[in-house]
Amino acid sequence: MTVVHEMLSFLPDLLQGALTTITVSLLAYVLALIGGLAFGLARLSPFLAVRSVATVYVQFIRGTPLLLQLFSIYYVLPYAGIVLSPFASGVLGLAINYSAYMAEVFRSGIQAVAAGQREAGQSLGMSRRLLMRRIILPQAFRIVIPPIGNFFVAIFKDSALVSVITMRDLMFTGELLASATFKHFEIFGMVAIIYFCISYPVAKFVEYVEARFDVQKRGQAIGVQQQQGPPAVVGTG
Amino acid sequence: MSEPSTVETASPQSSLLYLEGVSKSYGALSVLRDISLGIEKGQVVCLIGPSGAGKSTLLRCVNHLETINGGTIHFEGKPVYRYMRDGKLVVDPERRVEAIRASIGMVFQSFNLFPHLTVLGNIVEAPIHVLHQPRAEARDNALALLAKVGLTDKAENYPHQLSGGQQQRVAIARALAMNPKLMLFDEATSALDPELVGEVLKVMRDLAAEGMTMLVVTHEMGFARDVSDAVVFMANGEIVEKGKPAEIFTAPSNQRTRQFLQTILHSEGMAGAA
Ligand SMILES: Nc1ncnc2c1ncn2[C@@H]1O[C@H](COP(=O)(O)OP(=O)(O)OP(=O)(O)O)[C@@H](O)[C@H]1O
Ligand SMILES: [Mg+2]
Repeated sequence: MTVVHEMLSFLPDLLQGALTTITVSLLAYVLALIGGLAFGLARLSPFLAVRSVATVYVQFIRGTPLLLQLFSIYYVLPYAGIVLSPFASGVLGLAINYSAYMAEVFRSGIQAVAAGQREAGQSLGMSRRLLMRRIILPQAFRIVIPPIGNFFVAIFKDSALVSVITMRDLMFTGELLASATFKHFEIFGMVAIIYFCISYPVAKFVEYVEARFDVQKRGQAIGVQQQQGPPAVVGTG
Repeated sequence: MSEPSTVETASPQSSLLYLEGVSKSYGALSVLRDISLGIEKGQVVCLIGPSGAGKSTLLRCVNHLETINGGTIHFEGKPVYRYMRDGKLVVDPERRVEAIRASIGMVFQSFNLFPHLTVLGNIVEAPIHVLHQPRAEARDNALALLAKVGLTDKAENYPHQLSGGQQQRVAIARALAMNPKLMLFDEATSALDPELVGEVLKVMRDLAAEGMTMLVVTHEMGFARDVSDAVVFMANGEIVEKGKPAEIFTAPSNQRTRQFLQTILHSEGMAGAA
């Protein structure tokens, strides 16, 4: 009885941490989506300079550890006079890291839209921009739903890393409580359960959305060249 | 031998479309060699020839989906896309290229309808966003075109819910919605089941009868014979022979034309789906 009672007493703090974890993940995810789309489009730009910058960004970010990126933002940027809170650093670090992976998914999704679609649009006099906005992107979005959805689960779990820059997320709160009470087993057990209770439904939801759009995609394949799915770039960090 | 046909008397100024010594190559592979061909307003010209002759490439050069390497394309009496003026190469800005493309309709072998848009959405897309037609006007126009191709009841369907023949008729309506001055057809019926070929050819015949200017790549010899003002036989990137269908189909002057026609007429039969 006392064990349960004791564990329940940790719950408010842990749930507070979980709320921070969710907030950080959501914010970082939205920013990463925007950044990913922008860099994905830039990777396909007709202008060499734009393309090069985007390529270097994507390769560099993907080639360095997320942990290092978080440290750089939190500990190194202040030397340049830019001081960000743990929260802002965490969101920014995750967003930057994931935007690079998402850029690749968006790029391959855009390239997976059948060439005939582009030509049909061009032959109707559509400009590059209009074609991208009205014809290519709506189809590319459907193609990238599964990997982009899975990124949310991944970013949610990777967000535990922001605890190293002292952000009071679920992980950090767990560590604090554990080192204060030495109840490592109970506390980290609860932390694990909370992470799982959030990520599992989200993963299920992604599967559901995926299945819904898959029905439409199967229909689309008729009369359109077989679409090559983007590589599954999931589980990063 | 070479009776004067309308094709041969054409000039860059009088023709709606005039190709003047057009060449195209992919690296070392020469796909079009010194092609000269004119189409007058209201004419239907059929391009025939064996696989790999360069027929699709020729069509794609006409609306600048491919860039030519030599010669000049004239549209409505003016050089377009890339041409020499006063000894200098002129490259048309994207806006002009887009404007020309908007006035040239193209129908593809694989339909290429937009799968995320309804039939109606497919047809009004470019009129609204390229020609800036008011929505209601574009819609009315689209419905009229759907009636014309016999698909009024499919307006709200998605492309994947239609048969191949229906999809291709939508694709034709989509191109017509731009009020094109010229229509390009690249084997519009080749991807269709035999029983669906007729419905598409009928739409094309009606279009020709209305006076639409058409450049048609086809293996439907019945269509070429009945509908076209001129037939052009291409092989190996060159125009081997051109003339009125009666000449080409009854008395081709070139050995290669004769051979090609024999093979294709033998395998398909003149009385095909047309
Ligand atoms: N993008 C390309 N790159 C390289 N070669 C190409 C390309 N497109 C076409 N070709 C080549 O150009 C030649 C002409 O092709 P094209 O598609 O114009 O022939 P076609 O007359 O339309 O043949 P078909 O009746 O089979 O459609 C072929 O040898 C083809 O392999
Ligand atoms: Mg072809």
